[in-house]
Amino acid sequence: MSLLQIVLRSLRQHLLSTGITAFSIALASGLLMSVWVVKDQARENFTGVDSGFDGVFGARGSKLQLVLNSIFHLEASPGNLSWEQYELIAADRRIASAVPIAVGDNFRGYRLVGVTTNLFGIEYREGKKYAVRDGYLFNPERKQAVVGSFAAERLKWKVGDTFRPYHGLIFDENKQHPDEYVVSGIMEPSNTPADRVIWIPITGLQNMAGHDAETATDVSAVLVKLRGTSGMMMNQEINLQGNVMTFAWPIAQIMGQLFNKIAPVEMVLRAVALLVALVAAGSILASIYNSMNERRREIAILRALGARRSTIFAVVVLEASGIAALGAVAGFGVYFVIMSIAAWFIRKETGIVLNPLELQPVMAWAPLAMLGLGALAGLVPAAKAYRTDVAENLTPIS
Amino acid sequence: MLLTIENLRKSYGTPDGSVQAVVDVPVFSLDTAQQTALCGTSGSGKTTFLNLIAGILKPDAGRIELDGCAISDASEAGRDRLRARTIGYIFQTFNLLQGYTCIENVLLGMSFGPGADRRRARGLLERVGLGQRLDHFPRQLSTGQQQRVAVARALANRPKLVLADEPTGNLDPASAAESLGLIHETCLENGAALLLVSHDREVLGQFDNVRDLAEINRAAACPSAGEARS
Repeated sequence: MSLLQIVLRSLRQHLLSTGITAFSIALASGLLMSVWVVKDQARENFTGVDSGFDGVFGARGSKLQLVLNSIFHLEASPGNLSWEQYELIAADRRIASAVPIAVGDNFRGYRLVGVTTNLFGIEYREGKKYAVRDGYLFNPERKQAVVGSFAAERLKWKVGDTFRPYHGLIFDENKQHPDEYVVSGIMEPSNTPADRVIWIPITGLQNMAGHDAETATDVSAVLVKLRGTSGMMMNQEINLQGNVMTFAWPIAQIMGQLFNKIAPVEMVLRAVALLVALVAAGSILASIYNSMNERRREIAILRALGARRSTIFAVVVLEASGIAALGAVAGFGVYFVIMSIAAWFIRKETGIVLNPLELQPVMAWAPLAMLGLGALAGLVPAAKAYRTDVAENLTPIS
Repeated sequence: MLLTIENLRKSYGTPDGSVQAVVDVPVFSLDTAQQTALCGTSGSGKTTFLNLIAGILKPDAGRIELDGCAISDASEAGRDRLRARTIGYIFQTFNLLQGYTCIENVLLGMSFGPGADRRRARGLLERVGLGQRLDHFPRQLSTGQQQRVAVARALANRPKLVLADEPTGNLDPASAAESLGLIHETCLENGAALLLVSHDREVLGQFDNVRDLAEINRAAACPSAGEARS
């Protein structure tokens, strides 16, 4: 029998402890990969999503809040701009295109965003424009809505369905508007935050029954594409010299700052995942080490049959590595389950789409690290096995 | 000569700090394919003697030469190699690995020596009457059947010398006689010498060449010799 067959027999003989230990390795490996991938993909996606715009104009306040509100459809609006301000922005020769949005209503937690139809002419990603999959684009003059694919799926809406929005960004069933909207279209999935938005004409949101008539023409933000490299100049002009509006630019950098702020939390998460990996490796050590007493006779028999000390040492190290390898392979299953849940939740809450199947370096180094830790953990029981006295242990343990 | 032993000594420390000789054999030899029984009572140092020949223990002094190799001078790895290639060992308690099937136990007997040969393993098990039990685990066999697996395993590496330590000690008289016959025959068929130790007169009676361990082992002649080790 080869060394490998002896190792496999031993794993089979201790099937229960092998299974339990391998499962703990799988959890650790899966967790390690998930933490790394969620963190990396979230950063990449959040800093990579700009919905095709270079910057956002909004009321004086936090740039981050402005971006989260207008691009990611999270957070509350920092305030409003008047329609005149929007027109001034749109007329600025440095602005290639400007799309005003208005927020303030929802349907069962899914945000209604009032927008002009020019949004649908913007490339949110190179060569990609928002498109209607079923039905047609809303008529700006009518109470019609185009629904993001994820929102439509969750709300089980189809073209022709009607709904009455609720006031505010947080769902409160006591604050329903009397206005009735018809779903005119369902959008193609874009894998952006737009997928969880219910888009309606901006005038519809501004004039929703119950809204303040004095602010009926206000907008929450203006999304802009710039002409050339005028961003720096506008930043200087609007943010540093002016005190009326905020110009959030560049969007990726603002989101990057958010991730830099939460970097210590990420580090703690990573440290916890690494500790879990170490604990799992420790479980291999404990599991095999504890079985050494009952295996002394088995080892003595193998030695009596001619196995060298080094062979016994190698068998135990390989056994530990085998458990780690089983766990590392099963870890991909754990990773997929964790990531599927995490991706679903993140998509539901933010519209950001994580791809569990996208290959990442951690998918190579985490299983290899678990394998290495497993082999290292095997060294201690292997040393104990190495020292087993043959003559003393050949008789049965009574 | 297959096996020659000269001035072999092995002692152990006792709890009171003194050193007690367990084996003190001035001279002993065994010819190729010879079958010899050693008569030894409990505490006569017979297991230690066999373990020294097998290279499991290293002597304090003296020389053991097996098939032209000085096993007493060899390193531990060298002794392991020699044991794996030259010696078959049948234990009183059989020492089968419980997690391995019959055929796997026999294959193990070859693994550290000439290499696993499934056909030979199957042939040996068929020879000892266990052709239908190849994939049974030891716990699924009777005591006599386990003994037969141990015999097959001892012969698996085509040994030149089979050591048997009270091989029938755990068997009823009928099974013991049958098993002993099997050991005799299979050793002869495989050209292996047999050195068996026992205190059972029935067993010893089946050998032409029987020697008293107390005559060979001077330490065994001493009343207290090897009480701690059988």
